[in-house]
Formats: sequence, structure tokens, C-alpha cells
Amino acid sequence: MKLLIKNGRVVDPASGRDESGDVAIAAGRIVSLGKVNPDFRPTRTIDASGLIVAPGLVDLAARLREPGHEHEGMLESEMAAAVAGGVTSLVCPPDTDPALDEPGLVEMLKFRARNLNQSHLYPLGALTRGLAGEVLTEMAELTEAGCVGFSQADVALADTMVMQRALQYASTFGYTVWLRPQDAYLGKGVAASGALATRLGLSGVPVIAETIALHTIFELMRVTGARVHLCRLSSAAGIALVRVAKAEGLPVTCDVSVNQLHLTDMDIGYFNAAMRLTPPLRQQRDRDAIRAALADGTVDALVSDHTPVDEDMKNLPFAEAEPGATGLELLLSLALKWGEEQGIGLGKTLAAVTSEPVRALGDALGSLSSSAGRLVEGGVADICLFDEKARWTVEPAALKSQGKHSPFAGYELPGRVKYTLVAGHVAYEAA
Amino acid sequence: MTRNPQLNKHGELIHLLSIEGLPRAVLHSILDTAGTFLSVNDREVKKVPLLRGKSVFNLFFENSTRTRTTFEIAAKRLSADVINLDIAKSSAAKGESLLDTIANLSAMHADMFVVRHSESGAPYLIAQHCAPHVHVVNAGDGRHAHPTQGLLDMYTIRHYKQDFTQLTVAIVGDIVHSRVARSDINALTTLGVPEIRAVGPKTLVPGDLKEMGVRVCHDMVEGIKGADVIIMLRLQNERMSGAMLPSAGEFFKNYGLTQEKLAHAKPDAIVMHPGPINRGVEIDSSVADGKQSVILPQVTFGIAVRMAVMSTIAGNNA
Repeated sequence: MKLLIKNGRVVDPASGRDESGDVAIAAGRIVSLGKVNPDFRPTRTIDASGLIVAPGLVDLAARLREPGHEHEGMLESEMAAAVAGGVTSLVCPPDTDPALDEPGLVEMLKFRARNLNQSHLYPLGALTRGLAGEVLTEMAELTEAGCVGFSQADVALADTMVMQRALQYASTFGYTVWLRPQDAYLGKGVAASGALATRLGLSGVPVIAETIALHTIFELMRVTGARVHLCRLSSAAGIALVRVAKAEGLPVTCDVSVNQLHLTDMDIGYFNAAMRLTPPLRQQRDRDAIRAALADGTVDALVSDHTPVDEDMKNLPFAEAEPGATGLELLLSLALKWGEEQGIGLGKTLAAVTSEPVRALGDALGSLSSSAGRLVEGGVADICLFDEKARWTVEPAALKSQGKHSPFAGYELPGRVKYTLVAGHVAYEAA
Repeated sequence: MTRNPQLNKHGELIHLLSIEGLPRAVLHSILDTAGTFLSVNDREVKKVPLLRGKSVFNLFFENSTRTRTTFEIAAKRLSADVINLDIAKSSAAKGESLLDTIANLSAMHADMFVVRHSESGAPYLIAQHCAPHVHVVNAGDGRHAHPTQGLLDMYTIRHYKQDFTQLTVAIVGDIVHSRVARSDINALTTLGVPEIRAVGPKTLVPGDLKEMGVRVCHDMVEGIKGADVIIMLRLQNERMSGAMLPSAGEFFKNYGLTQEKLAHAKPDAIVMHPGPINRGVEIDSSVADGKQSVILPQVTFGIAVRMAVMSTIAGNNA
């Protein structure tokens, strides 16, 4: 299959390319960019007039709920949601049921995903068996099975000794450890500590639940030499610590979710369970710091933190409701909204969901490392074509994901995906 | 969900979920109505027909004897049919979800749900999902609110002190976990009380409480000095030992209300308590039974206030 994308505005954040041009694709790879040889005979031509031609999005946190939570999101529906959102590479946390702690589970998941022939799937292996925080997993075996790093997902590692050993062991082989900074005990509440949690009588998670964990992680990084990716930062104080750690030269990267980028605890309003999220939404100054840090590069990547939640699990009193929100189909639009509001250019905006997350992945993607999240001749043709000007209203029922809960329900957002190409085939085409 | 869910589009009360955000006039109107019901309680036939033919369901997902009984009496004095459901021991134990329980009870043609639940916000969920003609009264949700207790406390204060705008009110004890304290604080600020003090150790009275418009005091004498009203809160058993407090005895030594400490308040100060009291833990018997104590009148006023709340919301349509 040979594909020609004509007359689009080709934006590649990694190279800084932003110009009108064509893209020729053959055998799943980009064969030429910009000016295409007139001899190229496409089997299909896509007219991209008025559209942005960008690298497919790379989402560092998308739960597909398999294995174990099939009733909440089948692999099929969530992979369909990914391509509908222009996301062509997904990193999946290991908090499935059972947790991704055995090579067989990872191989099965990769196999199921490959058969769907949609977005590339990169699982994170469990750092400890069953995420129980006691016994290390077989990291080398899991890496061979396809894991790109090791994580505790949202399960806090209470035992500092185990965390030290996990970091020592992972760093022996150069594996990245993905940790959400949260103190196991202070992090138990359901809303951020502050005026809102006090008023509503919700148990609070103080900022120190994040900063104490960050101090611990950084100290352990210093003695073990491990490389760490920090997941879902939530506070201004946490951001400030990461900035210092990066300046010191620690091998650390980090991400924030679309929820923390746009919302605050005030959005909980009258106990709106759609706002029950992990980590909890914090205050205005935290959100401001997160938005600025993503723009200045302190925060490396923006993630959807996609978590499909069953209807029944949200129709509960706030504290009992399951945390999480659907996000894959909103990632691009929420990135664009942030970019517009921050007044940063399109290329830099897209970098937060394409080239920067790939940089955070380091060499874990193997042969794809050089071309994922970017448009390069000879690279894999993972491409998202979208209309930057189109605005749409978020109607959760219309989303492809089985998770119909979004804190952004009713929002009018910029940017509509028109085509998503994965390895050169059209995986999604807007109706 | 931008509109306060307990008000209809005319600003009338259709549910009572929290005192926070209610206009001062609504509070005074309920207190005035409660005044007219007090006399009903003194009559030989203690009934008015305001809720005749209506079914009031007491849904107690968390155990309570006192509050449920006073709601039951109040509903019966308004001529309603009262159905008591102790859900803590039935449906929830069988795994039925909260909203399924509500759907089933709605099918039995309930007109009003009086809800107590261990989770903050549960009555909001119920109010959002029940039929438009059904009214919801929050009888205590988690740490969030206990609005009828707040209103009966206001009735008591107004009864003894008349004017709210010159008062100093001290609330003493486990404020962070107390729905009564939150409702009292919201009501007192709405009614214009200039000085509200939250008194207790930092584990039970954290600095965050300032956000609610109170002065935080960790010293008992400083906290009740010159107070017109002292509201003592019940110390729950599970707080009496562990990381919140070392022991009930040490709490009593520092924050228990004795005659000696009470002498620092104004001579005509009243002492309140939502009950049930722990003698010798938060309050000394001589104070609880003393002449400044209004703990038993609170209970009597509570029935009239709950009658006022139920008749008010039943008279307003969504």
C-alpha cells in the first residue's frame, strides 16, 4: 500500500519542521517528506488541505483494562479510542488483574494488541510481584516479553528497603523505574487537602504526600544510580523539587495528566464523582505551576491517564467512587487547549504528546526509538492528521471508549482528528 | 450542576443537604416555622396534617438511634407515614448498590428520604437520582454536614441569646471529623456571628479550618474566654486512642469542660452538646447537668426544627 498525503501543514516537533508539503508512505514507512517525487504512484491519496500532519501521539499512561477488567474496557474499544484520538503509541501501566508481573501475561497482551493491528502497545511491567511491594519481578524476562519499564502504577511502595532494592536491581540492567510519588500513608485521602476538602468533609491528601515521596526517590536515585520516570505530578511544590533534581543532573523525567493540567479541586463542586481522580486535583497555584512546567520542559510529557471506569463504579458517594476518567480521545484537544491558552506554538504544544514522551522512554523502544513520535524519512509512518480549527463538544456517550466518564463532559475543545495512520495503514478515518 | 442542588429555580428549598450556601432568610424562615411547631408539641393531640398521606422513609445507612427517633417523631407529628429502614443491616450487607436501593424505595412511592450515610456527599447522589417529586433530608453524611442538627443548634442559640450578631461561639473537640461542627460553622457564619472559635488539639482542629471562617485555638481557656455559647462535641470512641489522641483522660484534662474552665466564659454562657454525651471525656457531669446546660432543650427543639424542615421542603416543588 502506497499512500500520499497532499497539501497538509506538516508539523514535526522534533525537527522543528512546520511547512506545507506532502508525505509519501510505502511499506509502512515514510519515504519522503515535503516535496514528493512525481514518479511516486500512490494507491490512495489523502487530501490534507487545511489539516495538520503531525506525528502520531505517544501516550505514556493509558489503561486498557486487560487482563481482568474486561467489563470496563475491552482491548478493542480502548484501542479504537486511541486511534480516534490520534494516539499511535500507548504505554500501559501494569495495574491489570492479574498485574503484569509475568512474561506470559505481557506476551498475551502484546499478541492480542498486534492482532487488532492498531496502535503500538508498550506495557510497563510490575515492579513487584502482584504490585504488593514485597518481591521483585523477573525484570529481564519481562523486558524480553516487551515491557518498556517497571512500575508500581498507583500502588504506593511503603517499604523503602524494597524500593531501594528495586531501583538497584533495575539500574543494574539499565531499566527505567516509573513511580508515582506518593507516600503510602499520607496519600490515603480522596481529595487534595485544602479549603474544599475541609468544607466538604472529604479526607485530604496533603502536598507533603508527594514531596516526601519525591525526596525519598531522589535520595535513592543518588545512591543507586537508577533512572526514574515520575508519573502524574500534582503539586507546585513537587514540580519545584523535580526542577532542582534535574538541575543537579539526576536521570529523571516526569509527566502530568490532562486532568491536572486543566482542573482544580473546585471542579469537584457538589461531590461530582467524575472529578474523583488519582492523584487528586489540587489548587489553582498547583495547576498554574504544572502548566508552566510543561511549557518550560521541567515536565517532559503530557499523558491522558486514560482509565475507563464502569458506570456503576462512578454512581457512588464521592469517596467510594472509583478514581479515573476516560482520556485517550481528549488528549490531543486538551493539549491544544493548553497550548492556545499558554500562547505557545503548535510545534511546542505537540512536542508534549509526541517527541518528548518518546525521549522520556529512552532507548526502551528499541528500533522504533529513532522514529516514534516524529516524522522522518525512513521512519515508521505513525501519523495523525487533524483539523486544528475545528471545535467539538465532549459528549461522553459518543466516545469510543467504554469509559463514559470525563471531567470534561460538555467542554468545547479545539482540534478534531481526521485520520490516524499506524505503520502506514489508515487505522482511523473520521466519518 | 451549577445551581445549588437543594434549591429550585425560584430559590426555594426542595432538599436540605447542607447549610452551606443557603441564604440567611431561608434559615430564619425555618427557625420561625419551628417556633410555631413548638406549641404543637405541648398540645394534647400532638399532630398537624401538613404531611398527611405522604410517606417518609428513614434511610439509615449508618446506625443512629437519637436522630432517627427525632425524625420519626417529627414526621408523625406532621401526620406522615414513616417507614424506618436500617439499611446498614439489610440491603447494603447484601451488596445492593445505593442507587438500586433508592430506585426500589422510589417504586414504593416514597415522598421523602431522610438519609444518614457514612460517606460525605451521599445525600447529593440520592437527590440527583431520585424522582423530581421526592425530597431528601440529610440526617448526617460522613464528616460533611448534619444540617438539621445545625439548625436546631441555631434555634437553641436564638432562643437563649436572640441576636446572633454580637456573639462569641466556641466549638470544642473533634472538629475535623465532625459534620455537626461544619453545619454549625456554616450556619453561624451565615447568621452573622462575628467570632467563631474552633478549639482542640492540632490533630482534631487543624489549621485548615481557618478556611471555614473560624478562629483556631489550641488552648481551652483562650478558646472559651468570654464566650456566649460553648458547643461541646462528642468524642468518638475510635479517636480516643491511637494517633489522634493518646487517651480520653488526657483529652479531658486539656479540653474537657469543667465548672472551673466554664468560669472563663461569660457568666450567662450556655453549654450545648449534640449528644450523646461522654461524661468525663468531653464534659464533666456537673456542667452537663448544671444550670448553664441547655442540652435537653436542644433535643426538644430538634423535633420542632425537623418538623419545620420537612414541612418547608414538602411545600416546594422541583
